[in-house]
Amino acid sequence: MSKVEFNKETGPREVFCGLTSIVWLHRRMPDAFFLVVGSRTCAHLIQSAAGVMIFAEPRFGTAILEEKDLAGLADAHEELDRVVNDLIARRPEIKTLFLVGSCPSEVIKLDLATVAEKLNKRFLGQVRFVNYSGSGIETTFTQGEDGALKALIPLMESSNEEKLLLVGTLANNVEDRFKKIFKNLGISNIESFPPRQSTELPKIGKNTKVLLTQPYLSDTVRDLKHRGCEIISAPFPLGIEGSTKWFLAAAKAFKISELKVHEIISPLINRAKLALDSHKEILKGKRLFLLPESQLEISLARFLHNECEMDLIEVGTPYLNKDLMKEEINLLPDNTKIVEGQHVEKQLDRVRKSNPDLVVCGMGLANPLEAEGISTKWSIEMVFSPIHGIDQAADLAGLFSKPLKRNQILTSKTLVTH
Amino acid sequence: MELTLWTYEGPPHVGAMRIASSMKDIHYVLHAPQGDTYADLLFTMIERRGQRPPVTYTTFQARDLGGDTAELVKKNIKEAVERFKPKTLLVGESCTAELIQDQPGALAKGMGFDMPIVNLELPAYSKKENWGASETFYQLTRTLLKEKVSSSDKINPLRWRELGRRPKVNILGPSLLGFRCRDDVIEIQRILSEQGIDTNVVAPLGASPDDIERLIDAEINICLYQEIAEASCEWLKRNFGMEYTNTIPIGIKNTIKFINEVHEKLDLPLTNKEELENKSKLPWYSKSVDSNYLTGKRVFIFGDGTHAITAAKIAKEELGFEVVGLGTYSREMARQVRATAKDLNVEALITNNYLEVEDAMKKVAPELVLGTQMERHSAKRLGIPCSVISTPMHVQDVPARYSPQMGWEGANVIFDDWVHPLMMGLEEHLIDMFKHDFEFVDGHQSHLGHTATNTNNILNSDEKKEKNSKEGIIWTESGRAELIKVPFFIRGKVKTNTEKYAILRGIPEISDETLYDAKAYFS
Repeated sequence: MSKVEFNKETGPREVFCGLTSIVWLHRRMPDAFFLVVGSRTCAHLIQSAAGVMIFAEPRFGTAILEEKDLAGLADAHEELDRVVNDLIARRPEIKTLFLVGSCPSEVIKLDLATVAEKLNKRFLGQVRFVNYSGSGIETTFTQGEDGALKALIPLMESSNEEKLLLVGTLANNVEDRFKKIFKNLGISNIESFPPRQSTELPKIGKNTKVLLTQPYLSDTVRDLKHRGCEIISAPFPLGIEGSTKWFLAAAKAFKISELKVHEIISPLINRAKLALDSHKEILKGKRLFLLPESQLEISLARFLHNECEMDLIEVGTPYLNKDLMKEEINLLPDNTKIVEGQHVEKQLDRVRKSNPDLVVCGMGLANPLEAEGISTKWSIEMVFSPIHGIDQAADLAGLFSKPLKRNQILTSKTLVTH
Repeated sequence: MELTLWTYEGPPHVGAMRIASSMKDIHYVLHAPQGDTYADLLFTMIERRGQRPPVTYTTFQARDLGGDTAELVKKNIKEAVERFKPKTLLVGESCTAELIQDQPGALAKGMGFDMPIVNLELPAYSKKENWGASETFYQLTRTLLKEKVSSSDKINPLRWRELGRRPKVNILGPSLLGFRCRDDVIEIQRILSEQGIDTNVVAPLGASPDDIERLIDAEINICLYQEIAEASCEWLKRNFGMEYTNTIPIGIKNTIKFINEVHEKLDLPLTNKEELENKSKLPWYSKSVDSNYLTGKRVFIFGDGTHAITAAKIAKEELGFEVVGLGTYSREMARQVRATAKDLNVEALITNNYLEVEDAMKKVAPELVLGTQMERHSAKRLGIPCSVISTPMHVQDVPARYSPQMGWEGANVIFDDWVHPLMMGLEEHLIDMFKHDFEFVDGHQSHLGHTATNTNNILNSDEKKEKNSKEGIIWTESGRAELIKVPFFIRGKVKTNTEKYAILRGIPEISDETLYDAKAYFS
């Protein structure tokens, strides 16, 4: 392990909660519905984080708790039952309904597991119910996906068939690219989790080799291990280096020679390097500060330093699973400062003091920092853009070079904001 | 429990944030879990604010719940006060903290600070954003002014004369995330100033706690948005005798009425009455022959109370539209919206469910929708022109240009914003009318010369569109040819009616004559 400096910080945080991940999960599985059991705040959060107005009846919603639901839990359970019945009558095409716990439902101890169990019996053969918590008192941002995937594992049948299982939501086009490359490598049995249809869950067992595409799936990994799956240890497929090591790790698990991997991916690497050059020109030597949010921060820092030659001031992360991040941390330069958790005010003090060229942060902080003359990149874009894989390395770099390029064009540094 | 897919209003603590963020020298400590910090982006992204909202979230976690969350609250309050040095501190909780009952307001008051502390109790499970904003502004006003209540005489609205100065008024209600508030304030101040009236304080937008304490230096209050300011205006009236205006100056008639009301309350003679109507271009633009086609346009209106009610008046009395639907998501304004609807002979729609609104819109088949950004989407799906008149805010509702809704310029903006979508509709109609000319290909001709080839293709493709009906009724060639001549926006209706008529009369084939028979029958 490289000599990385670990720090922990507590205090007021500026991070989304796990409910936010519904925004991409519902698009990944169009036959599923995500019903948050929560408050008006939860409903408002999801629609605001999605950043857009909805263009059709969405496949997510909130059963908003009211005064009378708080008075008696028995009634709340009954009420939820009624809401679910209405919902299924309205949306008969739903195959899987996720009951998503929230801060208020956790605090009043609404037992969504029991509700799901009862509903499963009633709607047997029609709709499956699973529950997980996306509450902000337990989860941050991308951890919601961890909860949703973990909740699906018990529904996955067992099979001893040898397969490669890609775990973590990917953009469909990126997923297709990966599958094609793996097929070229000679791995033919590849499945994804989450699948594109909630009902087409992969079967798993002792010959399932799990390759993570996202770094925020601690609980899912643990449960997959319990089911006998082998977890392939690798960095995450962001950038050329991460993706190459990721492919190599998979190939090793399938006893495919390194030579074969290089043969297949070196043309991709060559063209990716070419594409990366123009971005590197801009990013090289620039100082980067990452605030904690998406949990992708460590992988991004590794990519932006090793491949784009940026200098790392501080790498924030909402939480750190050292085991899962081992391979990534090994690739970081010596003396990288990793800060787990947050005290947003103190961290912003450090941002200002360190005079960074670029800050990766949440949407709440971006414009205020820009107004102070600091270029920013909002982190939520990472979870909505296809950034994984060798072919996307230049696009990923582009997300960071664009604000800097723009800053060069627009030379006024501090403006009066209105 | 209420199933909500999308909501017009956020929770009440977001309303409190709107007040805090609108003001200066205020800080709001909000006992809330980390996810609630999403609300910052409403201000920094939608309003493009260059400052973070002045809010400290305690961001308690599950592991804190077993321990002492009250200590966590106190720690955050202490840090926030030291760091931000506010002149007034707001303390409150969001939905989850309400359940754990730490009573952060009471805790703050016990910490020995000198500054005024406003304890906000905003019931998250029964109230919504606008109520929260109104309650916060009211509690803040009350806290900062209550000590002056007994010592002050009732304010005489005519005292400006004795004091030998121009009359002074407060403009109350404008806030961040309110529809075009930024520009409404400028417009209203300009109008008042022209009439010889000074603005004492604008609040909450841009005001500090000191300004709130100065509210009683004015003679009367202008209640610009009832959703936000009515409770405060009412308290100021009860305790200081300050009169406040009821007219919302949106539209020409209401702006004139508003000016009259202000003058009456101040006993200030109105000397330029005749000029007023010509301060805006709306009356003439509406009168000009070009606007003839606006007569009787069927319009559907939905929004917050203030904007829906005033839009209805403008639509009917100033543009000559027919209001075929009126509704609001503001339950607090339901009574007034119902009264307005009754005058217009329509039934008011009071709902927080956007699907119900879309349904109602579909039923009355309007030619124009005036609504929120959500109605814009619904209208788009239904192919109906739409203009946005109300919150919830979208980044498009914060235009770079001066774009008020109130006063003279507001009326100009409204004329353009409402009529242009209709003109686009008319343009579509003209394109449709001319598309059989040989110059047109596929309905839209490039200006780059005549590449027109075969007009027959267009006719054929059009004929395909107007296929025979599901009920097995056959459209003959003459019937189809006649149907295509009907303007596109009523063609669907003519087709359905003709088929209905054919079924009624047992006519198996529809010819051009059947079409005219049906027209006569239904007219």
